[in-house]
Amino acid sequence: MNPLVAYLTVAAMLFAIGLAGALTRRNAILVLIGIELMLNAANLNLIAFWRYGPHPEALTGFMFAIFSIAVAAAEAAVGLGLVIQVHRHAHSTDLDAMNRMKG
Amino acid sequence: MSIIFYLVSALTLVGGLAAILLKNTVHCALALTVAFAGLALLFLSLDAQFVGFAQILVYIGAVAILVVFAILLTRGSETPKDGVYSRHWHTGLVIAAAVFAVLGWAVLQSVRVLPYETKTPQVTVMQIGNALMSRYVLPLEIVALLLTAAMIGAVIVAMHDKNGKESAK
Amino acid sequence: MQEAMTFTPQLAASPVAGMVWLIPAVPIAASGVIALLKQPMRKTSAALAIGSLFFSLLLAICAFTHVLLGWMHGEAIRETVNFTWIHVGSTNVDLGWVLDPLSAVMLVMVAFVGLLIFIYSVGYMAHDENYTRFFCFLSLFAGAMLGVVISNSLLLLFMCWELVGLTSYLLIGFWYQKPTASAAAKKAFLTTRVGDIFFLLGMVWLFSQTGTLLFYNNGVGSIEPLALVGLLGQHAGLGMSAAGAIALLIFAGAAGKSGQFPLHVWLPDAMEGPTPVSALIHAATMVAAGVYLVARVYPLMQAGALAGGSTTALAVVTWVGAFTAVFAALIAVAQNDIKRILAYSTVSQLGYMMAGLGMGGVAVGMFHLITHAFFKALLFMGAGSVIHGCHEEQDIRHMGGLRKSMKLTFATYAIGMLALCGFPLLFSGFWSKDGILEAARHWPLSQMPSHMLVFGAMLTAFYMTRQVCYAFFGSYRGHAKVHESPRVMTTPLAILAFFAIALGAIGTPAWPWFASFLNGKTATLELSAFGEHGFLLLMLTSAYVVFLGLGFGWLLYGNRSPKAEEADVLEQRIPLLWKAMSNRFWIDEFYGFTFIAFYSWWGKVANWLDRRVWGGLVTLVAGTFRLWAHINRFLDTNIVDGSFDKGCEELASGGGLLARVQSGRVQAYLRILALAVAVLAALLIWSSRA
Repeated sequence: MNPLVAYLTVAAMLFAIGLAGALTRRNAILVLIGIELMLNAANLNLIAFWRYGPHPEALTGFMFAIFSIAVAAAEAAVGLGLVIQVHRHAHSTDLDAMNRMKG
Repeated sequence: MSIIFYLVSALTLVGGLAAILLKNTVHCALALTVAFAGLALLFLSLDAQFVGFAQILVYIGAVAILVVFAILLTRGSETPKDGVYSRHWHTGLVIAAAVFAVLGWAVLQSVRVLPYETKTPQVTVMQIGNALMSRYVLPLEIVALLLTAAMIGAVIVAMHDKNGKESAK
Repeated sequence: MQEAMTFTPQLAASPVAGMVWLIPAVPIAASGVIALLKQPMRKTSAALAIGSLFFSLLLAICAFTHVLLGWMHGEAIRETVNFTWIHVGSTNVDLGWVLDPLSAVMLVMVAFVGLLIFIYSVGYMAHDENYTRFFCFLSLFAGAMLGVVISNSLLLLFMCWELVGLTSYLLIGFWYQKPTASAAAKKAFLTTRVGDIFFLLGMVWLFSQTGTLLFYNNGVGSIEPLALVGLLGQHAGLGMSAAGAIALLIFAGAAGKSGQFPLHVWLPDAMEGPTPVSALIHAATMVAAGVYLVARVYPLMQAGALAGGSTTALAVVTWVGAFTAVFAALIAVAQNDIKRILAYSTVSQLGYMMAGLGMGGVAVGMFHLITHAFFKALLFMGAGSVIHGCHEEQDIRHMGGLRKSMKLTFATYAIGMLALCGFPLLFSGFWSKDGILEAARHWPLSQMPSHMLVFGAMLTAFYMTRQVCYAFFGSYRGHAKVHESPRVMTTPLAILAFFAIALGAIGTPAWPWFASFLNGKTATLELSAFGEHGFLLLMLTSAYVVFLGLGFGWLLYGNRSPKAEEADVLEQRIPLLWKAMSNRFWIDEFYGFTFIAFYSWWGKVANWLDRRVWGGLVTLVAGTFRLWAHINRFLDTNIVDGSFDKGCEELASGGGLLARVQSGRVQAYLRILALAVAVLAALLIWSSRA
């Protein structure tokens, strides 16, 4: 089968799994885990397209993926810091119980 | 596709599934690490060695550790009475399935132009450095700023209240 | 028989004629002023009434003198003053007044007799608390009657005629708390109304044919020869011309007002009013208005008559008059109320007047009218004096022997009674009645009226003797202390008694002043006139008849004093006829049975129609509207309001529903985000496929 299609399919599945995790788990940290999975799936997509794209020597996808990793790391740090702070206030990480923004 | 590919993909996917399905949050973090490792192998198989190793270094070495730290710091009310899944978890599942359907559809029925049959690219670190300093210098600087801000922000966000007043709950 | 009158054509009205309108106006104005006075101001109201009528009397005498002087100089005066009242397009309705011998004589008679009765009323009504109201009405009546006399237009005459009828109603029902009095007032008004309808019809017909209602208008008046020729030319059915038909319609109105058969039923009931009212209105003046009307429109009645002949209209007048004379006299024989006897006597004498007009002409009828006014007023006032003296007793069976206790009243009453009977030579009634009898004897159509009138004369003498014997002779059968009336009441009696005798002088054949005055011819004293036309024989016949009646009456009633409970002497002899006469031949009962019963039945039908049918329709319409209002309200509250409220509620709940999207839970937001991205992606991919 087309190798690109294979990699893309894997990435799609990983992305869906990550999304499912972000949408269905109660714990806030597990939502962040899901988000990390989604980001990784996107990275995989990028690299796959770089490898099987027309000009791999331009390093476009490659660079993109590197920056994506950097940003993901920063975002994970800030996000987890927020979760810790929320936990200090609410003594819980249960997302279902946090509806003070209710309209 | 070689067998290696299928094995590694399976590992990644199982790791990902385990990351979202397990009850114990630490087990989820560890499964995430496995998923990261699987992804690093996939990168390597795609001849993006630097990215693969960066993945291992950053994700497994930093993000996963960070997640574990966070899990450990937010223990106390760990076993929720209503179960680990949120209310209306089936809605989330359906939506995730819908997204996967759309992506799969896009992939499967797109025009097969790619892949180009190119030879294996040899990406040297020198090339990456050159690219970073010439073409991608702006994103580099911005990412540097971003990382600085993230670091300061994370510290401030997670800091204890100096006033000693903690929220009562 | 009347000859054609020739009057000098009028060039311009003299100042006297210009003033004639004041004669009725002043009493009417006085009446208006009295109406505004308070009840205790008795002297003021009496003074106003008497003063105004006295003023009218003076003016009437001036007018009479003016006409008299003109007559003595050989000019026959007839002056009119006319003016236009209504002006519609090319049609005018004119009113006006006339001053000629006929109206002058009536003016003086009405004003003079009226004044005497006003003075009499001061004494008679002294104990009544509605004194002021009485004089107000009396004054109004006097003004209206004088208005009837002077009017030159049939319309103005009709207006004053109605006013006279109104005041008659007000005065008959003066003591309105008595149910009999108010019933009698209504009866009088309604019965004369029946006659007035025919009067109105005749008036309208006359106007449509001749285009004017003025009597005399320089040759173009409605009863002047030019108009009469036009009226004669048209045929109105039953062999009469339009002139005759109109004359009969007008006579119907006169018959109502003058109490001729069959419209006589109101007059005896009108005795419920106070005695001065009976004297003034129902003896001397109002009932005479009918006779006066016939005299006024005489040219209309006489139109088409051949020389020495008669017309259909005049024949009808004669027969009605003659029949009424005998009919009423028969009823008078069997009555026991002193005023009722006099009332029926009035009806009978009015019949004589009508017969005289029909057979003998204006002068004959009018002369009897003038003399009758005086002696009938005298008789009524004397009866009032008797009633007053016997303390409100009116039944003659409870009186008696009053000639000793009320000497002056008796003397004047006797004079009046003899005048009415027609006692030969001395009394005016003899001459006036003989004038009528003579005309009857020479009537070409039939001798029957003559026999009827002679029989009636006998009956008149008989019932008057009966009444006088019951009241003044014998011994007193009542229970009150009898006294003579005060001077304010007996002085007018004496004055009238004088005239009852003296007036005879102006109507004898030897010196027929009255007739000549009315006809505009000169009068000379000729004693030889007695010998002409068999007049002497007639005088002897009538004298014989009068003595017969007097003697018969004295024989039966003489100096006896029958007890009140005993049956009358005559009743014992002819019980059946007495019963009929006493019950007035059951005419009132007949009317009640037929006309009144029908009318009240019709009233009930109309009431039912009004309440059930028309009222039902109105209720139906109202109910429809109410139903509609209910439906509207239902629609409004339920549909309009309801839909609006429902809409607002839906909006509010929809808002509430939408607000639930903001659950505050992050994962929910994320889900929606993911779904939206998926949809968007699908759309983009799908659209770029083509």
